[in-house]
Amino acid sequence: MNSKSVMDSKAIDRALARIAHEIIERNKGTENLVLLGIPTRGSHLAKRLQAKIDMIEGVSLPTGAVDATLYRDDLGMKETQSLKEMEIPISIEGRVVILVDDVLYTGRTIRAAMNALMDFGRPLSIQLAVLVDRGHRELPIKADYVGKNIPTAPDEDVKLHLEEVDDANEVVIQITKEGLCEKESK
Amino acid sequence: MPDTFNRKDLLGIEDLSVEEIVKILGSAASFREVAERDIKKVPTLRGKTIINLFYEPSTRTRTSFEIAAKRMSADAINIAVASSSIKKGETLKDTALNLEAMSPDCIVVRHGSSGTPQMLARYLKCSVINAGDGLHEHPSQALLDMLTVSNRLGGIEKLDGLRILIVGDVAHSRVARSNILGFSKMGAHVTVCGPPTMIPVGIEHLGCDVNHDMTAAVKDADVVMMLRLQLERQAAGLFPSPREYAKLYGLDSLKLKRAKKDVIILHPGPINRGLEISPEVADGPWSLILEQVANGLAVRMALFYLLLGGVKDGISNANKSLNPDGVRLLNLR
Amino acid sequence: MKRLLLKGGRVLDPSRSVDGLYDVIVFGGKVASIKASDDQASPSEAETDAGWEGIDCAGLLIVPGLIDIHTHLREPGFEYKETIKTGTEAAVAGGFTTILCMANTEPINDNGSVSRFIVRQGHDLKLANVLPIGAVTTGFKGSQLTEMAELQEAGCVALSDDGLPITDAAIMRRALEYAKGLDLTVISHAEEPALVAGGAMHEGDVSTRLGLKGIPSEAESVMVARDVLLSELTGGKLHVAHVSTKGALDIIREAKKRGVNVTAEASPHHLMLTDHAVSDYGTEFKMNPPLRAGDDRAALRAAIKDGTIDTIATDHAPHSSIEKDVEFDSAANGVVGLETSLGVVLRLVDKGELTLAEVIRAMTINPAIAMGLEKGTLQVGRDADITIIDLNKEWTVEPENFKTKGRNTPFAGWKLKGRAIRTIVGGRTVFELIA
Repeated sequence: MNSKSVMDSKAIDRALARIAHEIIERNKGTENLVLLGIPTRGSHLAKRLQAKIDMIEGVSLPTGAVDATLYRDDLGMKETQSLKEMEIPISIEGRVVILVDDVLYTGRTIRAAMNALMDFGRPLSIQLAVLVDRGHRELPIKADYVGKNIPTAPDEDVKLHLEEVDDANEVVIQITKEGLCEKESK
Repeated sequence: MPDTFNRKDLLGIEDLSVEEIVKILGSAASFREVAERDIKKVPTLRGKTIINLFYEPSTRTRTSFEIAAKRMSADAINIAVASSSIKKGETLKDTALNLEAMSPDCIVVRHGSSGTPQMLARYLKCSVINAGDGLHEHPSQALLDMLTVSNRLGGIEKLDGLRILIVGDVAHSRVARSNILGFSKMGAHVTVCGPPTMIPVGIEHLGCDVNHDMTAAVKDADVVMMLRLQLERQAAGLFPSPREYAKLYGLDSLKLKRAKKDVIILHPGPINRGLEISPEVADGPWSLILEQVANGLAVRMALFYLLLGGVKDGISNANKSLNPDGVRLLNLR
Repeated sequence: MKRLLLKGGRVLDPSRSVDGLYDVIVFGGKVASIKASDDQASPSEAETDAGWEGIDCAGLLIVPGLIDIHTHLREPGFEYKETIKTGTEAAVAGGFTTILCMANTEPINDNGSVSRFIVRQGHDLKLANVLPIGAVTTGFKGSQLTEMAELQEAGCVALSDDGLPITDAAIMRRALEYAKGLDLTVISHAEEPALVAGGAMHEGDVSTRLGLKGIPSEAESVMVARDVLLSELTGGKLHVAHVSTKGALDIIREAKKRGVNVTAEASPHHLMLTDHAVSDYGTEFKMNPPLRAGDDRAALRAAIKDGTIDTIATDHAPHSSIEKDVEFDSAANGVVGLETSLGVVLRLVDKGELTLAEVIRAMTINPAIAMGLEKGTLQVGRDADITIIDLNKEWTVEPENFKTKGRNTPFAGWKLKGRAIRTIVGGRTVFELIA
């Protein structure tokens, strides 16, 4: 398997810093915001964003995780997936939810995560922050905040490594044989 | 931990590996969260059909499976078969094949004869969950008991080295068998206690000790599980009178005084107040009996999810005719 | 009538301690002569053409026709399970020339009409000798003795309320006494019903693990003890059917030492299997008495060797899917055995646990003696009931190819060595294995 690094630790950090600024700017501050990451790496990114926003604004946003597994549309097509953390730290009713994920690809995970969110209440709005947008959308979903656009081929796989789980901070592109089948395999 | 649960049926704790038990209990913990939401329903098993086939009257287990199915968005159908109407020239195999023709995804079966879920599973292509068979096993009960204890103690790993005391008519208890197997697999030390008439030969081969003196046995126990006494056993000579049984093997505050301060008390329900458990004990702070009910729901949701929420042996539960390359395209249309 | 010459086979006849290469000549349905195999003594080609039928038995085993004293032919009444025709076809295919059939038909064989019906059916089929066993008590009710003399006159060769013990000890006593006057054996299905109490398998580790109600070994031995004592009291001839436990064997062994008039049988399934076979709730392993523990099985094998067990009997009990494709608790007791018995038991010879002579003795002369039959021997002048066995014939038990209507065998898929390839009853070949 071939792999090449496309973002190093510094690049990731810079991208997150920029996204933090953009979130604050677009929402005119931090009031009413909740950061919810999609496990596993999305929720770590959410925590990093929380820290960045805290550094800039001095506000620690409620931050949690939303597991989309039970809402996925591909459950019957692969082996049973392990359930991940689901932590909604505060009522999302009437709040702006910043959904955070590592790699935006087909958009199906985001669709599932939004459905999951709706079962917890009616947010004022949902915005999407991703570290990497690799294209190939299958649903009409668009990210509000993008760390880096990385055009890829379908037989490539984009992986984020975070030191919280992987002992490294980088984004790599891997060439997989069964590219299509491996799509969305979180 | 393997990320998969490649199992068609859940027939007994005996078949499960430690990893599988950990997986079920871990998933069940996630499903406890769903029960705490305002909208207590996830779309995961939309379009799946689950048949609750109950040959024995049961309210709580059947209701628990039914609610679990509905919270997963599956369609749950209850079939109660009066034992009187079984013998109409239809074999168990006929029954199984008739149900199969309705293409259910899972059949939850409770039956008074041990081994019936195993037989059904041989005949059926869909998943089979044993909701209690004769005197054999009641796996979902044991799983919920393990979940209850591990939640109270703060983790599944806490079961290792724990001392579990199971008291009552072990001979006629599927709950006891499943719990002996389950807790001992998780590293706990299980002791069964009851009059010798209620302790079956060779029970120690399931992984437990035998002690006929409850007053002595209760001292070391971290968990005391009281089994329901069935009064009709008196006629079969298993015990002389409810009075003497309660005196020797009922859990009352006197016996409880000898136990550890933080002892956990479990009962599969429904309880016989004043018989195997005195009211002050059943209602006391040691008792996790209602917690067991809540965990039962979570365990059953987890079982449905793990059995029905994925591909088994490369065959998709969603659409058994899809080929791997066509999966996504076909799904889009 | 043609003479039949069985040439050059190994003749094993435990009734006369014969084991060697002999030529057997059959004439008029009787054994005409047995002479050391010798080319000189054989008939000339001219003689053969003139009225000899010669069968080359080189490399084959010739034994007295096998006798099974415990079968269920189900007719009259349960023809969907078995008929006298399918049952005897199965018998001869398994090498049996004589079978005794139990009285639990519908109506019960507790009167001469039913006995005569069975005898006539068996006779008309011209396959195996079919000898009925009459009931001990009318309607198997355990309270009133049957007209035993009439049953005997109608062809019954023994008496049994098979499947049910005679719980009233006084009735059992009288039955043994009365039957003694007719020189009839009373066959006891020995179990104490209160100890069986709805049990579905042997009581032990396995029943505890499977959550199936157990039948303790003592359910059998308690009753065997009673019956042995009653036989001793009355001098009546007692035969204990399907002994399954070490405890019962010890009682019988002691009784025989004291000279009690008792014989006993063991079934192939009890000799070959243990309660562990039930582990998957397969109803093909459900029978009564149940498959017992490993110790019991070992004791049964030893009991054939020391003579405590006289005979191997199949307890051939065909059932249909309606009795077997059901919950284990509800499934009927019983397995088929006529077509597998010999092959299965020969495994014990292969393993060196029993000698060939011990096995053949337990399937020929011993059952004949136990039931007072003039059978089970190749003595000159006796009925030419002969089984020819190819000890090297390898075959697989395939229930779908059975002659019996029952498919309920615990031996499905077993690879066996040794099979009856020709069964001769009264000088006529009634079965020949097509290669």
